[in-house]
Amino acid sequence: METLLEMKAITKVYPNGVMANDRVDFRVNKGEIHALVGENGAGKTTLMKVLFGLEVPDGGEVYYKGKPLQVTSPLQAIRNGIGMVHQHFMLAPSLTVTENLVLGVEPRKGLAFDWDQAVQTVTDLSKRYNLPVDPLAKIEDIPIGMRQKVEILKALLRGAELLVLDEPTAVLTPQETEELFTALVGLKEQGHTMIFISHKLNEVKQITDRITVMRGGRIVGVRDTAEVSEADISRLMVGRDVILKIDKPPAKPQKRILEVQNLSYFTPEGKALLQDVSFSVRAGEIVGIAGVEGNGQRELVEILTGLRRPHGGLISVDGYQMSGSTPRQMRDLGVAHIPEDRMLHGVANEASIEENLIADRVQMPEYTRKVFLKTEAIASNAQTLVTEFNVRTRSPKTPIKMLSGGNIQKVVVAREFSSNPRLVIANQPTRGVDVGAIEFIHKKLVEICRAGAAVLLISADLNEVMSVSDRLLVIYGGQIVAAFPEANEVSEEELGLYMLGIQTQGDTQLKEALA
Amino acid sequence: MIRRELVFEIGRTLIAIMLALLLGFIIILLVSEEPLEAFQHFVLGPLTTTRRIGNWIEATIPLVLTGLAVSIAFQAGQFNIGAEGQLFFGAVTATIVGISFPLPMYVHVLVALLGAMLGGALVGAISGLMKARWGASELVSSLMLNYVFYRFGLYLINHHFRDPNAGAMVSYRLPETVWLQWIWPPTRVHWGLWVAIVAIIFSYLFIYRTRWGYALRMTGLNKDFAAYAGISVTAVVIYSQVISGAIAGLAGAADVLGLYRRFQWQMLPGYGFDGIIIATLARNHPLGVPIAALFLAYIRSGASIMSRMTDVSSEMVAIIQGIMILLVTAQAFLSKWHHRAVVKEAKRHGLNA
Repeated sequence: METLLEMKAITKVYPNGVMANDRVDFRVNKGEIHALVGENGAGKTTLMKVLFGLEVPDGGEVYYKGKPLQVTSPLQAIRNGIGMVHQHFMLAPSLTVTENLVLGVEPRKGLAFDWDQAVQTVTDLSKRYNLPVDPLAKIEDIPIGMRQKVEILKALLRGAELLVLDEPTAVLTPQETEELFTALVGLKEQGHTMIFISHKLNEVKQITDRITVMRGGRIVGVRDTAEVSEADISRLMVGRDVILKIDKPPAKPQKRILEVQNLSYFTPEGKALLQDVSFSVRAGEIVGIAGVEGNGQRELVEILTGLRRPHGGLISVDGYQMSGSTPRQMRDLGVAHIPEDRMLHGVANEASIEENLIADRVQMPEYTRKVFLKTEAIASNAQTLVTEFNVRTRSPKTPIKMLSGGNIQKVVVAREFSSNPRLVIANQPTRGVDVGAIEFIHKKLVEICRAGAAVLLISADLNEVMSVSDRLLVIYGGQIVAAFPEANEVSEEELGLYMLGIQTQGDTQLKEALA
Repeated sequence: MIRRELVFEIGRTLIAIMLALLLGFIIILLVSEEPLEAFQHFVLGPLTTTRRIGNWIEATIPLVLTGLAVSIAFQAGQFNIGAEGQLFFGAVTATIVGISFPLPMYVHVLVALLGAMLGGALVGAISGLMKARWGASELVSSLMLNYVFYRFGLYLINHHFRDPNAGAMVSYRLPETVWLQWIWPPTRVHWGLWVAIVAIIFSYLFIYRTRWGYALRMTGLNKDFAAYAGISVTAVVIYSQVISGAIAGLAGAADVLGLYRRFQWQMLPGYGFDGIIIATLARNHPLGVPIAALFLAYIRSGASIMSRMTDVSSEMVAIIQGIMILLVTAQAFLSKWHHRAVVKEAKRHGLNA
């Protein structure tokens, strides 16, 4: 096997002192799909950023096609045939597929932009690589799966031989994932090489040829995919055995805690983002809401937690009418909220762990006198929670920005779960955190629910929403389109059909399931 | 780790100051006939006589107060470039209380100071309320209000409290009951020093030891997080501007009641904008403010002595100020050196600290 890329002894230290890469040796053969796996903060993204010229390493060398390569900007990486498909797409939503693709490499007719030639190029390219896209559609009008194909084509059009795919399936439905995999295999057959970054071990197992596992900034193993099981990989990643199955005692639903009736929300332009949404969550049960991102989940959660006002409908928590309440009022009623974006809503990055852990409770008599804060109580609150929730840090006075993603999420979860909530609204609670933290957060969710709290779990991760929830709802286009009384009796494929809006349950069936 | 950041920030500030001074000296060398003498007056001048030391301290008092005012607003993630108007109006209200409400000794001073705080707070509240209610940028509104309250204050003084027997546009003399007494003859260092010290302690305790200060800091660090956690961001926006304005108001009162004993400003004194420089040097920390204020007052005082004694003009100091602020606010300044230190420490400690 010919070596295409070799990275030798790459070292990278971030300004906050975290050593993201510690003498990393990474080798990729020509024509293979190579998985790069590891927990959050293991250093995968950093390594790829070094390769792509987005980070300057503090040590080490890169060899590409046997020659030393010095990349200091993405443009240079692209010129050398290295392309990257980012997790968050880098596309202009109001432009067409064609315009996005040829941006910067436009075909010209004299001084003018040759539109016909551009469309032709895109059509040919799309055919050649078996990645069907509509050249004339605007990006904002096409589904996520197609946007991703545009991203891949963008790299291919610029002559990429080595493609880096950063968690490409995170935003895809099972059907779209299958399509993507077919296309990737096609690319491989045409001689392209791919680095596939993922948290989903079943996908890694399915699609890749070799696996490099990273942990704590170092390479801990390189294996042929065929020779290892998912359990082997996760053991390498975490450094211990991980139980991928969730141990969950049967639900004992009690009284209704959250009731939502005919909730509606519109954009300023009058487009409905939520339409007649009705459901309820009882104490002692976990209700999951599955759905492709952007189908009204964010608006629903923000309304339920008081961050947004609904335009119609009723919300009650434990019998109290709460439509249009403030976050303070919701919290006072015992509503805890794990936000979708932990850096935006979940923490103050510059503040200490300690300060972040009292944000919701600072006004309580336990933590403040009439005027002055009770510093000892605040410190002991932090100490207890850091220990109980296993936040890895030298001290609770450390600023949040020094922690890895998974540990920041643990801080958020610790605060929300320790407020003695009767309703927990968990929106993508394990997004972008490592296997160990996922397992921990799932365990805690089940624990708090079985202790008597009502839990509403919103997640785009099918695995999560199916294995953690007791009941399952599917949201599509701002409406609840399906409800399943037993979350574990649904298949991924069936869910996928509802999530894509291909299928909807009839009103009677829905009513029955929601009752 | 936290300690190292602190040391780095202090070191960085000191180096920025040194570089700025060095450049200042080079300029003096180029323009002056008597550079050595100019240096000497600039660097040592303020310490040579008791009176000069006094001048230095006098000048520090209002700078400490506006520095604190701006720091509090900055910590809340708000701008306040209205400290200028707030202190001007605070001086006006203090003057009005001094002239129109005769009260016994001590009580009168306290009431006048309170009046100044109310005056400044009122101006701050307008910016805060407009931001909270209509989303009006406090940056723009506080700047504009400077001129509104400057003119309004001048109108009040020139048309209602002007002393017709004085040769200039000044108010009546204030009664002795409302003076901030001089405490260190022969200098004019006055009770305002105690006011400034109390304000420093108050600001520190308020920001770091009360729940309102906590809410204010969290709002400043991440207002989406604050709202999510149940903190009323609207309330924080308003009270941070009110408190900021109140402290700025004291700055105006300190000069009028302590130094001039009558209202004699016809122009904005500029302390409000100085407050921004001080807050920046102090990284918005109330305990850093007095140091930054002493420093700024010192180089100003040195520059003024230098211009009186030699052929170098005092505008020199504006150049030094400008370079200092540029270097301090430039994130990348010395970051390479810092990064090397971080790499070294990370290697020593092993991974993933």
